[in-house]
Amino acid sequence: MVRTLLIRGMLVGVVAAVLAFVVAKVFGESEVGLAIAFESAHEAPGAVAEPEVVSRTVQSTIGLFTGLLAFGVAVGGLFSLVYAVAQGRLGALRARTTAGLVALAGFAGMYLLPNLKYPANPPAVGNPDTIGERTSLYFAAMLISLAVVVGGFVAARRLAPRFGSWDAALLALVGALVVIGLAYYALPAADETPEGFPADVLWRFRVDSLAIQATLWATVGLLFGALTERANRPAPVRTPGAAPAPVPALAAGEAPTASGGSPVATGA
Amino acid sequence: MAHPSVLDAPVAPAPLPTIPLSELAPFALFGSLLALVLLYFVGAEQGAVSLVAGSNVHEFVHDARHLLGFPCH
Repeated sequence: MVRTLLIRGMLVGVVAAVLAFVVAKVFGESEVGLAIAFESAHEAPGAVAEPEVVSRTVQSTIGLFTGLLAFGVAVGGLFSLVYAVAQGRLGALRARTTAGLVALAGFAGMYLLPNLKYPANPPAVGNPDTIGERTSLYFAAMLISLAVVVGGFVAARRLAPRFGSWDAALLALVGALVVIGLAYYALPAADETPEGFPADVLWRFRVDSLAIQATLWATVGLLFGALTERANRPAPVRTPGAAPAPVPALAAGEAPTASGGSPVATGA
Repeated sequence: MAHPSVLDAPVAPAPLPTIPLSELAPFALFGSLLALVLLYFVGAEQGAVSLVAGSNVHEFVHDARHLLGFPCH
Protein backbone atom coordinates (compact mmCIF):
# COMPACT_ATOMS: atom_id res chain seq x y z
CA MET A 1 0.00 0.00 0.00
CA VAL A 2 2.60 2.54 1.09
CA ARG A 3 4.91 1.21 -1.60
CA THR A 4 2.30 1.87 -4.31
CA LEU A 5 1.66 5.37 -3.00
CA LEU A 6 5.37 6.19 -2.79
CA ILE A 7 6.06 5.02 -6.35
CA ARG A 8 3.02 6.92 -7.59
CA GLY A 9 4.14 10.05 -5.77
CA MET A 10 7.63 10.00 -7.27
CA LEU A 11 6.32 9.37 -10.80
CA VAL A 12 3.81 12.19 -10.43
CA GLY A 13 6.72 14.33 -9.23
CA VAL A 14 8.55 13.65 -12.51
CA VAL A 15 5.53 14.80 -14.53
CA ALA A 16 5.19 17.86 -12.31
CA ALA A 17 8.86 18.70 -12.81
CA VAL A 18 8.49 18.53 -16.60
CA LEU A 19 5.54 20.95 -16.51
CA ALA A 20 7.38 23.21 -14.07
CA PHE A 21 10.35 23.18 -16.45
CA VAL A 22 8.13 24.38 -19.29
CA VAL A 23 6.86 27.27 -17.14
CA ALA A 24 10.40 28.07 -15.99
CA LYS A 25 11.72 28.03 -19.54
CA VAL A 26 8.90 30.11 -21.05
CA PHE A 27 8.58 32.70 -18.27
CA GLY A 28 11.34 32.50 -15.67
CA GLU A 29 14.52 32.29 -17.69
CA SER A 30 14.10 35.66 -19.40
CA GLU A 31 14.02 37.40 -16.01
CA VAL A 32 17.07 35.45 -14.85
CA GLY A 33 18.82 36.66 -18.01
CA LEU A 34 17.85 40.29 -17.37
CA ALA A 35 19.04 40.04 -13.76
CA ILE A 36 22.39 38.63 -14.84
CA ALA A 37 22.72 41.41 -17.43
CA PHE A 38 22.13 43.95 -14.65
CA GLU A 39 24.72 42.20 -12.49
CA SER A 40 27.40 42.33 -15.22
CA ALA A 41 26.60 45.95 -16.07
CA HIS A 42 27.01 47.03 -12.46
CA GLU A 43 30.18 45.19 -11.55
CA ALA A 44 32.90 47.33 -10.08
CA PRO A 45 35.03 48.67 -12.96
CA GLY A 46 38.24 46.93 -11.95
CA ALA A 47 36.61 43.66 -10.95
CA VAL A 48 37.80 40.53 -12.67
CA ALA A 49 34.88 38.54 -14.07
CA GLU A 50 34.21 35.35 -12.13
CA PRO A 51 35.38 32.26 -13.99
CA GLU A 52 32.38 30.53 -15.50
CA VAL A 53 32.34 27.07 -13.93
CA VAL A 54 29.15 26.03 -15.68
CA SER A 55 28.07 27.84 -18.83
CA ARG A 56 24.83 29.83 -18.94
CA THR A 57 23.51 27.47 -21.61
CA VAL A 58 23.97 24.47 -19.34
CA GLN A 59 22.58 26.34 -16.34
CA SER A 60 19.43 27.40 -18.15
CA THR A 61 18.69 24.02 -19.76
CA ILE A 62 19.97 20.76 -18.34
CA GLY A 63 21.00 22.29 -15.02
CA LEU A 64 17.59 23.86 -14.57
CA PHE A 65 15.89 20.61 -15.57
CA THR A 66 18.02 18.49 -13.23
CA GLY A 67 17.33 20.82 -10.32
CA LEU A 68 13.60 20.83 -10.97
CA LEU A 69 13.55 17.06 -11.49
CA ALA A 70 15.31 16.37 -8.19
CA PHE A 71 13.00 18.81 -6.45
CA GLY A 72 9.91 17.31 -8.12
CA VAL A 73 10.79 13.73 -7.21
CA ALA A 74 11.63 14.72 -3.63
CA VAL A 75 8.39 16.69 -3.29
CA GLY A 76 6.36 13.91 -4.93
CA GLY A 77 7.82 11.25 -2.64
CA LEU A 78 7.39 13.32 0.51
CA PHE A 79 3.89 14.24 -0.61
CA SER A 80 2.89 10.59 -1.02
CA LEU A 81 4.13 9.74 2.48
CA VAL A 82 2.18 12.61 4.00
CA TYR A 83 -0.82 11.54 1.94
CA ALA A 84 -0.46 8.02 3.34
CA VAL A 85 -0.73 9.48 6.85
CA ALA A 86 -3.59 11.81 5.91
CA GLN A 87 -5.71 9.25 4.06
CA GLY A 88 -8.80 8.51 6.16
CA ARG A 89 -7.60 10.79 8.96
CA LEU A 90 -8.86 14.14 7.63
CA GLY A 91 -12.52 13.18 7.84
CA ALA A 92 -14.72 11.44 5.30
CA LEU A 93 -12.93 12.80 2.25
CA ARG A 94 -12.37 11.24 -1.14
CA ALA A 95 -8.87 10.39 -2.26
CA ARG A 96 -8.65 13.31 -4.66
CA THR A 97 -9.89 15.77 -2.04
CA THR A 98 -7.36 14.44 0.48
CA ALA A 99 -4.57 14.67 -2.11
CA GLY A 100 -5.64 18.21 -3.02
CA LEU A 101 -5.59 19.32 0.61
CA VAL A 102 -2.19 17.74 1.27
CA ALA A 103 -0.77 19.44 -1.83
CA LEU A 104 -2.25 22.77 -0.81
CA ALA A 105 -0.75 22.35 2.66
CA GLY A 106 2.64 21.47 1.20
CA PHE A 107 2.58 24.40 -1.22
CA ALA A 108 1.64 26.79 1.57
CA GLY A 109 4.10 25.40 4.10
CA MET A 110 7.09 24.84 1.84
CA TYR A 111 6.74 27.76 -0.54
CA LEU A 112 3.96 30.30 -0.23
CA LEU A 113 4.23 31.22 3.46
CA PRO A 114 8.05 31.33 3.70
CA ASN A 115 8.11 33.37 0.48
CA LEU A 116 5.78 35.99 1.91
CA LYS A 117 8.53 36.81 4.38
CA TYR A 118 11.61 36.02 2.31
CA PRO A 119 10.60 36.22 -1.36
CA ALA A 120 12.49 34.57 -4.20
CA ASN A 121 15.38 36.66 -5.50
CA PRO A 122 16.94 36.66 -8.96
CA PRO A 123 20.71 36.77 -9.44
CA ALA A 124 22.20 40.16 -8.45
CA VAL A 125 19.72 40.58 -5.60
CA GLY A 126 21.17 39.58 -2.26
CA ASN A 127 24.55 40.21 -0.70
CA PRO A 128 26.86 37.13 -0.95
CA ASP A 129 28.25 37.95 2.49
CA THR A 130 24.88 37.32 4.14
CA ILE A 131 24.02 34.06 2.36
CA GLY A 132 24.47 32.06 5.58
CA GLU A 133 22.13 34.25 7.54
CA ARG A 134 19.56 34.41 4.73
CA THR A 135 19.60 30.65 4.24
CA SER A 136 19.06 30.06 7.98
CA LEU A 137 16.21 32.56 8.07
CA TYR A 138 14.58 31.09 4.99
CA PHE A 139 14.65 27.55 6.34
CA ALA A 140 13.50 28.81 9.74
CA ALA A 141 10.52 30.47 8.05
CA MET A 142 9.85 27.22 6.19
CA LEU A 143 9.96 25.15 9.40
CA ILE A 144 7.65 27.58 11.18
CA SER A 145 5.24 27.54 8.24
CA LEU A 146 5.19 23.75 8.05
CA ALA A 147 4.66 23.45 11.79
CA VAL A 148 1.81 25.96 11.66
CA VAL A 149 0.17 24.21 8.69
CA VAL A 150 0.35 20.80 10.39
CA GLY A 151 -0.85 22.32 13.65
CA GLY A 152 -3.72 23.94 11.78
CA PHE A 153 -4.89 20.61 10.36
CA VAL A 154 -4.65 18.90 13.76
CA ALA A 155 -6.54 21.76 15.41
CA ALA A 156 -9.24 21.68 12.72
CA ARG A 157 -9.79 17.96 13.31
CA ARG A 158 -9.89 18.40 17.10
CA LEU A 159 -12.35 21.29 16.90
CA ALA A 160 -14.59 19.65 14.31
CA PRO A 161 -16.81 17.66 16.72
CA ARG A 162 -17.68 20.81 18.66
CA PHE A 163 -17.98 23.44 15.91
CA GLY A 164 -18.60 21.44 12.76
CA SER A 165 -16.03 20.92 9.99
CA TRP A 166 -16.41 24.32 8.29
CA ASP A 167 -16.23 26.49 11.39
CA ALA A 168 -13.45 24.35 12.82
CA ALA A 169 -11.43 24.82 9.64
CA LEU A 170 -12.00 28.59 9.74
CA LEU A 171 -10.98 28.80 13.40
CA ALA A 172 -7.84 26.79 12.69
CA LEU A 173 -7.05 29.01 9.70
CA VAL A 174 -7.38 32.20 11.74
CA GLY A 175 -5.24 30.70 14.51
CA ALA A 176 -2.58 29.67 11.99
CA LEU A 177 -2.51 33.14 10.41
CA VAL A 178 -2.13 34.80 13.82
CA VAL A 179 0.82 32.54 14.74
CA ILE A 180 2.49 33.09 11.34
CA GLY A 181 1.91 36.82 11.61
CA LEU A 182 3.51 37.01 15.04
CA ALA A 183 6.48 34.87 13.98
CA TYR A 184 7.08 36.98 10.89
CA TYR A 185 6.76 40.16 12.92
CA ALA A 186 9.60 38.89 15.11
CA LEU A 187 11.89 37.69 12.28
CA PRO A 188 14.23 40.27 10.69
CA ALA A 189 13.27 41.65 7.28
CA ALA A 190 15.25 40.93 4.11
CA ASP A 191 16.26 44.13 2.37
CA GLU A 192 19.10 43.60 -0.05
CA THR A 193 17.88 44.69 -3.46
CA PRO A 194 20.72 46.72 -5.00
CA GLU A 195 20.27 50.35 -5.94
CA GLY A 196 18.73 50.71 -9.39
CA PHE A 197 17.64 47.09 -9.85
CA PRO A 198 14.54 47.23 -12.12
CA ALA A 199 11.46 46.70 -9.96
CA ASP A 200 9.52 45.17 -12.83
CA VAL A 201 12.13 42.47 -13.36
CA LEU A 202 12.04 41.67 -9.63
CA TRP A 203 8.23 41.50 -9.61
CA ARG A 204 8.06 39.31 -12.72
CA PHE A 205 10.78 37.02 -11.40
CA ARG A 206 8.80 36.49 -8.20
CA VAL A 207 5.55 35.88 -10.06
CA ASP A 208 7.37 33.38 -12.31
CA SER A 209 8.76 31.63 -9.26
CA LEU A 210 5.26 31.42 -7.82
CA ALA A 211 3.95 30.05 -11.12
CA ILE A 212 6.64 27.36 -11.22
CA GLN A 213 5.94 26.18 -7.68
CA ALA A 214 2.18 26.38 -8.13
CA THR A 215 2.42 24.30 -11.33
CA LEU A 216 4.52 21.72 -9.56
CA TRP A 217 2.32 21.35 -6.48
CA ALA A 218 -0.96 21.49 -8.39
CA THR A 219 0.23 18.75 -10.74
CA VAL A 220 1.40 16.59 -7.85
CA GLY A 221 -1.85 16.98 -5.90
CA LEU A 222 -4.35 16.69 -8.73
CA LEU A 223 -2.64 13.94 -10.73
CA PHE A 224 -1.89 11.88 -7.63
CA GLY A 225 -5.51 12.22 -6.51
CA ALA A 226 -6.87 11.21 -9.90
CA LEU A 227 -4.57 8.17 -10.18
CA THR A 228 -5.36 7.07 -6.63
CA GLU A 229 -9.11 7.28 -7.24
CA ARG A 230 -8.70 5.24 -10.40
CA ALA A 231 -6.71 2.57 -8.60
CA ASN A 232 -9.16 2.48 -5.67
CA ARG A 233 -12.25 2.09 -7.85
CA PRO A 234 -14.03 -1.03 -6.61
CA ALA A 235 -13.87 -3.97 -8.97
CA PRO A 236 -17.23 -4.33 -10.75
CA VAL A 237 -18.30 -7.85 -9.71
CA ARG A 238 -22.06 -7.72 -10.22
CA THR A 239 -22.54 -10.85 -12.34
CA PRO A 240 -22.19 -14.15 -10.51
CA GLY A 241 -20.83 -15.74 -13.68
CA ALA A 242 -17.87 -13.42 -14.07
CA ALA A 243 -14.99 -14.70 -12.02
CA PRO A 244 -13.79 -12.07 -9.54
CA ALA A 245 -11.08 -10.29 -11.41
CA PRO A 246 -7.66 -10.43 -9.75
CA VAL A 247 -7.83 -6.83 -8.73
CA PRO A 248 -7.56 -5.65 -5.13
CA ALA A 249 -4.69 -7.75 -3.85
CA LEU A 250 -2.54 -7.12 -6.90
CA ALA A 251 -3.19 -3.40 -6.98
CA ALA A 252 0.23 -2.94 -5.43
CA GLY A 253 1.98 -3.08 -8.78
CA GLU A 254 1.08 -0.52 -11.40
CA ALA A 255 -1.72 1.86 -10.70
CA PRO A 256 -4.49 2.13 -13.24
CA THR A 257 -4.92 -1.25 -14.94
CA ALA A 258 -8.24 -1.84 -13.14
CA SER A 259 -9.96 -0.12 -16.08
CA GLY A 260 -9.78 -3.43 -17.92
CA GLY A 261 -12.78 -4.52 -15.89
CA SER A 262 -15.18 -1.98 -17.34
CA PRO A 263 -16.58 -4.08 -20.24
CA VAL A 264 -17.72 -6.67 -17.71
CA ALA A 265 -19.72 -4.03 -15.89
CA THR A 266 -21.47 -2.73 -19.01
CA GLY A 267 -22.24 -6.25 -20.17
CA ALA A 268 -24.05 -7.09 -16.95
CA MET B 1 -18.27 15.97 3.18
CA ALA B 2 -19.65 12.77 1.66
CA HIS B 3 -22.66 14.61 0.27
CA PRO B 4 -24.06 13.00 -2.87
CA SER B 5 -23.84 15.44 -5.74
CA VAL B 6 -25.25 14.73 -9.17
CA LEU B 7 -21.84 14.51 -10.76
CA ASP B 8 -20.47 12.06 -8.24
CA ALA B 9 -23.55 9.87 -8.02
CA PRO B 10 -22.16 6.63 -9.52
CA VAL B 11 -19.07 6.53 -7.32
CA ALA B 12 -19.65 4.72 -4.06
CA PRO B 13 -18.54 6.91 -1.12
CA ALA B 14 -16.51 4.15 0.45
CA PRO B 15 -14.53 5.54 3.39
CA LEU B 16 -10.80 5.51 2.75
CA PRO B 17 -8.83 3.07 4.88
CA THR B 18 -6.28 4.50 7.26
CA ILE B 19 -2.81 3.04 7.04
CA PRO B 20 -1.41 2.04 10.45
CA LEU B 21 1.40 4.37 11.49
CA SER B 22 3.59 1.40 12.39
CA GLU B 23 3.44 0.28 8.77
CA LEU B 24 4.26 3.80 7.60
CA ALA B 25 7.17 4.50 9.93
CA PRO B 26 10.05 2.85 8.01
CA PHE B 27 8.92 4.32 4.69
CA ALA B 28 8.42 7.70 6.26
CA LEU B 29 11.84 7.70 7.90
CA PHE B 30 13.80 6.53 4.86
CA GLY B 31 11.75 8.45 2.33
CA SER B 32 11.93 11.70 4.26
CA LEU B 33 15.69 11.41 4.76
CA LEU B 34 16.23 10.76 1.06
CA ALA B 35 13.93 13.59 0.05
CA LEU B 36 15.65 15.98 2.46
CA VAL B 37 19.04 15.11 0.97
CA LEU B 38 17.70 15.84 -2.52
CA LEU B 39 16.15 19.11 -1.37
CA TYR B 40 19.41 20.04 0.31
CA PHE B 41 21.40 19.58 -2.87
CA VAL B 42 18.96 21.59 -4.94
CA GLY B 43 18.30 24.20 -2.29
CA ALA B 44 21.39 24.81 -0.24
CA GLU B 45 24.60 22.88 -1.13
CA GLN B 46 27.60 25.16 -1.74
CA GLY B 47 25.59 28.15 -0.68
CA ALA B 48 25.65 28.67 3.06
CA VAL B 49 27.08 25.20 3.72
CA SER B 50 29.20 23.02 1.49
CA LEU B 51 29.72 19.25 1.58
CA VAL B 52 31.32 18.92 -1.84
CA ALA B 53 34.29 21.17 -2.59
CA GLY B 54 34.08 23.80 -5.31
CA SER B 55 30.95 25.32 -6.78
CA ASN B 56 29.91 22.86 -9.48
CA VAL B 57 26.77 21.68 -7.72
CA HIS B 58 25.74 25.23 -6.94
CA GLU B 59 26.38 26.48 -10.46
CA PHE B 60 24.71 23.48 -12.09
CA VAL B 61 21.39 23.83 -10.27
CA HIS B 62 21.80 27.63 -10.08
CA ASP B 63 18.71 28.61 -12.09
CA ALA B 64 16.45 26.04 -10.46
CA ARG B 65 17.55 27.23 -7.03
CA HIS B 66 16.73 30.86 -7.85
CA LEU B 67 13.43 30.10 -9.54
CA LEU B 68 12.25 27.73 -6.80
CA GLY B 69 12.74 30.53 -4.30
CA PHE B 70 15.76 29.30 -2.35
CA PRO B 71 18.41 31.83 -1.31
CA CYS B 72 21.28 31.32 -3.75
CA HIS B 73 24.11 33.81 -3.29
